[in-house]
Amino acid sequence: MTDSTLPILEGAACPVPMRHDDQIVMGHGSGGRMTQELIERVFAPAFANPILAQSNDFAAFLLPLEAQLHGSLAISTDSHIVSPLFFAGGDIGRLAVCGTVNDVSMSGAQPLYLTAGFIIEEGLPVEMLERIVTSMQAAALEAGVPIVAGDTKVVERGKADGVFINTAGIGWIPAGRQIGGALARPGDAVLISGAIGDHGIAVLSARGELGFDAAVTSDVAPLNALIGAVLQAAPGVRVLRDPTRGGLATTLNEIAQQSNVCIEITEATIPIHTPVQAACDMLGFDPLYVANEGKVIVILPPDQVDAALAAMHRLPYGAEAAAIGVVKPSPARRVLMKTFIGGTRVLDVLAGEMLPRIC
Amino acid sequence: MEYAQAFRDGDLVQRVVGEIRRIVTRDWVIMEICGGQTHAILHSGLDQLLPPQIELVHGPGCPVCVTSLELIDKGLAIAARPDVIFCSFGDMLRVPGSNQDLFSIKAAGGQVRVVYSPLDAVKIARQNPDKQVVFFAIGFETTAPANAASLLQAKALGLKNFSLLVSHVCVPPAMHAILGAPDNRVQGFLAAGHVCAVMGYWEYPPIAEQYGVPIVVTGFEPLDLAQGILMTVRQLEAGTHTVENAYPRIVTREGNQAAQAMLKRVFRPVDRNWRGVGTIPLSGWGLQPEFAEFDAENRFDVGHIQTRESPLCIAGEILRGLKKPDNCPAFSTLCTPANPLGAPMVSSEGACSAYFRYHRPQDTL
Amino acid sequence: MCLAVPGKITEIYTLNTLRMAKIDFGGVIREVCLEALPEAKTGDYAIVHAGFALNLLSEEEARETLDALREIGEIEAELGLEDEEISSKGL
Repeated sequence: MTDSTLPILEGAACPVPMRHDDQIVMGHGSGGRMTQELIERVFAPAFANPILAQSNDFAAFLLPLEAQLHGSLAISTDSHIVSPLFFAGGDIGRLAVCGTVNDVSMSGAQPLYLTAGFIIEEGLPVEMLERIVTSMQAAALEAGVPIVAGDTKVVERGKADGVFINTAGIGWIPAGRQIGGALARPGDAVLISGAIGDHGIAVLSARGELGFDAAVTSDVAPLNALIGAVLQAAPGVRVLRDPTRGGLATTLNEIAQQSNVCIEITEATIPIHTPVQAACDMLGFDPLYVANEGKVIVILPPDQVDAALAAMHRLPYGAEAAAIGVVKPSPARRVLMKTFIGGTRVLDVLAGEMLPRIC
Repeated sequence: MEYAQAFRDGDLVQRVVGEIRRIVTRDWVIMEICGGQTHAILHSGLDQLLPPQIELVHGPGCPVCVTSLELIDKGLAIAARPDVIFCSFGDMLRVPGSNQDLFSIKAAGGQVRVVYSPLDAVKIARQNPDKQVVFFAIGFETTAPANAASLLQAKALGLKNFSLLVSHVCVPPAMHAILGAPDNRVQGFLAAGHVCAVMGYWEYPPIAEQYGVPIVVTGFEPLDLAQGILMTVRQLEAGTHTVENAYPRIVTREGNQAAQAMLKRVFRPVDRNWRGVGTIPLSGWGLQPEFAEFDAENRFDVGHIQTRESPLCIAGEILRGLKKPDNCPAFSTLCTPANPLGAPMVSSEGACSAYFRYHRPQDTL
Repeated sequence: MCLAVPGKITEIYTLNTLRMAKIDFGGVIREVCLEALPEAKTGDYAIVHAGFALNLLSEEEARETLDALREIGEIEAELGLEDEEISSKGL
């Protein structure tokens, strides 16, 4: 069902294949010479590192010495389908790298390596792919986590929103570190590393369908350094999780369910930027349910709160970190919020899609 | 603006509520007509701070909830047409028709677009000259000016591919229907502040007089609501029944004359069928003959509509404040926001969805 | 039916036969129809619903309302009722 205006000339049948310099075409995904050229022209220069330079279909590496002796591995994968591809503060590439770096880091692991798989829609300008890939390398360098293996496929026009990217990441967890969603205990404190709702509103603003322009940039960022600093300062951390899709409220519900506890947060302590609140007010959104891509929830024993906050405040991605709540024994599996005016409200998981409303 | 946060000030709200507690001497039933106020009260937890003598009942001020089933089914039939781009506020997307909703039409390939403003729908019409663009014009008097503006623009631009499916309803007839019912329990009214920003509150003194009920025009922030309730309770305790304005920063007695002139040009009073309640005479607005060509009901022949309401849904009694959502046997069992049997469970400001989402902490899962 | 928010008018113009404005809602800018406010000027505050300005917002009235409410707070304090923080009961 493609209405491509380009003649299909690749393959052995054609003596002199046309060059397709400015757009991705089906041939780029065929695995043959065009794929090789695309890798050489776009991916390899951007992701340059010794492992990738070996040009195998796999990456083989030694684990760090300590990991070889004791510790465990963590592995995670995520696929990214954001539209539009570029938005204030980031793009699908940065999202793909940071998303998986963060997922791996949430186990308390030090992320080591990433893979990146691309499903590209026929017709995507190569220049756009170059921008995405450059952004991915910048994020990978910032995180200190190289991309060591990858794959490229091309699908017909209309079958992918520009490009879909899958990243997988592997990391190493030092022995003795126990961090997970089921480990929150009554009495623990709940922290958030910064203001909520920036990413969701930035993407919505970039999409343009609702006609507003928000002075909001996505918070998409690699958090492995921040988490490393927190774990150094507060080794008793029990839960780490990033409130991505579904927002802070949905993620707290997941933890409350897994740990079989009640989490109570205080509305007045939750950091939120003014334009994010303004956009939510205008559209009828609740910022507690808006996606974040550069924030981490930290649940830890109360005596380590000050140390953890101090560690976060020293780093740019944790400058606005705040203590927002506590873990209680009951009502179990519930998330509650003490409102501005002193009432208490139950925070449920996000049901369905948030839509702008007039009522 | 600098005052925005002040109306969410927890300290001030607590003091106003303290005053309510100080002066209340007996039980009172107060209705907030507007679903947005219901939502705001439950969202902020204000209902938990009020003294137990004050019972807040939620009125039919939810245009999503009261749009007739027949009109929804007509909208769905129009939206399913391949030559139509159907535009709607987000609120309407999951409202159940007899067999489906807009969301499922969209999933099946129908062109359904959520817009923030009806003027965006006019833009879409201009961008898609080969399609018919239909906007689902629901709402009370608050939304009517926006819908009127979209029609005035479409007419001035000479657009042939834009039309409205009109389901406008008005507040005063609803108040008459509630207060005039033999089983009415409502003793005081919080009038909808944003409806009054457009229409003023000159329509209310005859109602207050006729039924002996105090009416206070109230805003939407926690402090506005607390103040509106305080003023209503003061009147109830004093035995007076006048109309007061607790939202003077936005509302004047006459309202916005320019907006009202636009409304008169585009709309005329018609009978409307309120879902779950029944037909209330002259309780809604339809298009003036000058704009008849823009009426989607005229432009599209959607055939015979056979409506089918869930037999379990007691939306009507809830919208009139006679029953609470948790009185309904289907509440949170057969009827949930994911699988709504009626509109109040799916509308963001419907009483049933509000109760479902803001249920009290001690409820078991 | 009434989700409306206040914002500051930063620009006024005519577009496609309608009087329009750019309104700043605290860092979020949106185009809004100003047909119902022929006398509004930039710098004024308007209450906006579904992309339409319903009415102007009077800062003076806002201030007076807050002053009156703060007075209630003072009376409370005088009566010695201030200490009793009203928190959610019965939970």
